Amino acid sequence: MMEFSTWDILRNLLLAARWTVVLSLVSFLGGGIVGALLLFLRIGGNRVLTAFTRYYVELFQGTPLLMQLFLAFFGLGLFGINVPAWLAAGIALVLWTAAFLAEIWRGCVEAVARGQWEASASLGMGYVQQMRYVILPQALKVAIPPTVGFSVQVVKGTALTSIIGFVELSKAGTVVTNATFQPFTVYGLVALIYFALCWPLSKSSQALERKLNAAHRNH
Amino acid sequence: MPLIEITDVRKRFGENEVLKGIDLDVKPGEVIAIIGKSGSGKSTLLRCINGLETIDGGSISVAGSQLLPDEVHLKALRLKVGMIFQQFNLFPHLTAGGNVILSQTVVKKTPKPEAAAMARKMLERVGLAEKFDAYPDELSGGQQQRVAIARALAMQPIALLCDEVTSALDPELVAEVLAVVRELAAEGMTLLMVTHEMKFARDVCSRVVFMHQGRVHEIGPPEDVFAKPKTPELKQFLGVQ
Ligand SMILES: Nc1ncnc2c1ncn2[C@@H]1O[C@H](COP(=O)(O)OP(=O)(O)O)[C@@H](O)[C@H]1O
Ligand SMILES: [Mg+2]
Repeated sequence: MMEFSTWDILRNLLLAARWTVVLSLVSFLGGGIVGALLLFLRIGGNRVLTAFTRYYVELFQGTPLLMQLFLAFFGLGLFGINVPAWLAAGIALVLWTAAFLAEIWRGCVEAVARGQWEASASLGMGYVQQMRYVILPQALKVAIPPTVGFSVQVVKGTALTSIIGFVELSKAGTVVTNATFQPFTVYGLVALIYFALCWPLSKSSQALERKLNAAHRNH
Repeated sequence: MPLIEITDVRKRFGENEVLKGIDLDVKPGEVIAIIGKSGSGKSTLLRCINGLETIDGGSISVAGSQLLPDEVHLKALRLKVGMIFQQFNLFPHLTAGGNVILSQTVVKKTPKPEAAAMARKMLERVGLAEKFDAYPDELSGGQQQRVAIARALAMQPIALLCDEVTSALDPELVAEVLAVVRELAAEGMTLLMVTHEMKFARDVCSRVVFMHQGRVHEIGPPEDVFAKPKTPELKQFLGVQ
């Protein structure tokens, strides 16, 4: 049997962690784009689209991410579409992230005082102008800390994709454990790497929030 | 020919009929004070004139622009009537200058340099020329309200609606805002203002409207309304027997 040094283990885990990072970035950016789209459909005032986005968000928030991954992976398979694990993982995480970001951002838009809508309307601005020049600039500022904070959930969410066979950090942990029989060392390192990824994110989210609250002025 | 024609305007919120047929014609240059108990529908009336509430009956027109609930008509009307709110509602992410510039460039498509020049002029008019680069939260309430007035004036409206513009201010800041309004009145701006400043209404206004339970209960020149109230409701409101 081969001997594995701690460095061998760590190196293998770090190589796999690249995929955790890539998947997180794809999910977060893709989810951000889809989420922004959902947000505009949601607040655009069209009843059908508003209802659609509401159900979308409820569906994705109301079911476990794991089920969504299974459905993307096996569900599409039922229709004879062969979905590789990385694609199923990417799709499910993008859609899941989009649901949460859309909801976070909707809260931020609604947090802008009603008087801002009224003042801009009374000056003759139309809906799009109000959004672009008055509401979104204010909502955006409020949205930054919770958005950065949510990215931590995305990183941790990628761990679930190991179950459908996508080889990222968690899956690599299992594989390496099977080869080394050192579960405590391996998963300890896995946890440390996750922590190294998530901790700066949650710290910066907190810092941003403090800065925003402390900011004497809102610009 | 009246500038603002309000004819049999009705407004209900669910079962609650808040305006029960308001008739009021405002001539150019008139300064009208609207007084009345809280809940009598004063704010709702002003908000209807500006299209912030849709009306359920009657009609409103300003200088020939009919109030209709589509964006084109609303915009045309809002270019003619500015509104000042109790809570100022300045845009917190923009400087005082930015607040006054924004709607000019966005709504009227005025080129930025011209809009900035206009903003300076209007801020000077309300006595805040030196606050061009200050953000709203660096200003006192009275200063914020004056910026809000400058912002409305920069759109060159032919009438201004003022809804209790001094009610959110500390007492020592009321005078500076009223001074600006008084000056506007003197310059011939048509003003429709909800106010609790009875002395100001008496001094500055051409007519006073007393609203009660969604109706114009009494109307007349201030010397009549304040000195010779006819109805018991107005007497009670003014505290005279
Ligand atoms: N958006 C609204 N929805 C429901 N009721 C409202 C709304 N705005 C005002 N009202 C009601 O209309 C009545 C008149 O309100 P308002 O015009 O604000 O009175 P005032 O300004 O004279 O104090 C009040 O009974 C108030 O509760
Ligand atoms: Mg009111």
